[in-house]
Amino acid sequence: MWTLLHKLASPPHFYALAARLTPWLGAAGLAAILYGTFAGLFLAPADYQQGDAFRIIYVHVPAAYLSMLGYVVMAVAAGIGLIWRMKLAHAVAASAAPLGAWFTFLALLTGSIWGRPMWGTWWEWGDPRLTSELILLFLYFGYLALRAAIDETARADRASAVLALVGLVNVPIIHFSVEWWSSLHQGPTLIREGGPAITGSMLWPLLANLGGFSLVFAALLIDRVRGEVLLRERRARWVRRLMYPEASETP
Amino acid sequence: MIETLSMGGYGAYVWTAYAATFVVLAVCAVQARRRHRRIVREIRIRLKAAETAK
Repeated sequence: MWTLLHKLASPPHFYALAARLTPWLGAAGLAAILYGTFAGLFLAPADYQQGDAFRIIYVHVPAAYLSMLGYVVMAVAAGIGLIWRMKLAHAVAASAAPLGAWFTFLALLTGSIWGRPMWGTWWEWGDPRLTSELILLFLYFGYLALRAAIDETARADRASAVLALVGLVNVPIIHFSVEWWSSLHQGPTLIREGGPAITGSMLWPLLANLGGFSLVFAALLIDRVRGEVLLRERRARWVRRLMYPEASETP
Repeated sequence: MIETLSMGGYGAYVWTAYAATFVVLAVCAVQARRRHRRIVREIRIRLKAAETAK
């Protein structure tokens, strides 16, 4: 078990395995999104309060979910890298940040587009859910800016890991914000006491899109990690063999 | 058909949200691929330079 894990975490094995894995992950994810989007737009019945505007839920909730999951992945990977000095973990953390930032932007954008017809406003300053999600975007930006400001990779890894871990406190705040404080935002639909508050024909497209977006996120993340591994290992012999096989073995 | 596309009057909001989603996914995919290609290219150039310098 441990030897297998070690083998997987070794950069050359990861690089080769990931190349074979990502197309499948991406294709499966896209298939799920295709079904979820079609069913969400055309098969699910209109909401009795929100009419057809509620259909934005099928892209908004997966984006928001991954904006937070992406942060958890980033912070946990950064923590593992910090404690066990695992090179691959730091590469994962650094790769999750730009993706998480994009999904956070998407959650804010689709939420704003949904809020306009339902709440009568694109944005409400001081709303706890909206503000904590915006802080999430700034945490990602801070993380990326800090990394960009430090030339030496090992130092950038350590400093940004501390920032990622401190910012982790914001994730439960986002999730519980609609319960702790009064907010324009509606309460949780899926993860709540008493089970999901949504009927089957509306629920399945949402679950399909949640799964599909997660798979696509995983594929994008692994793809980014491959590049990151290559960059970090550029002086290693396996990279030289792979990238420039016609060169002589002993430099 | 037209009725479906109008989304009960919310068509502009619904379609914009979905379009934005797929644009962002496409941007993420293109960025990841481009970055990988750039890294490979830079490493190849460096290795070639080191080889010819010998």
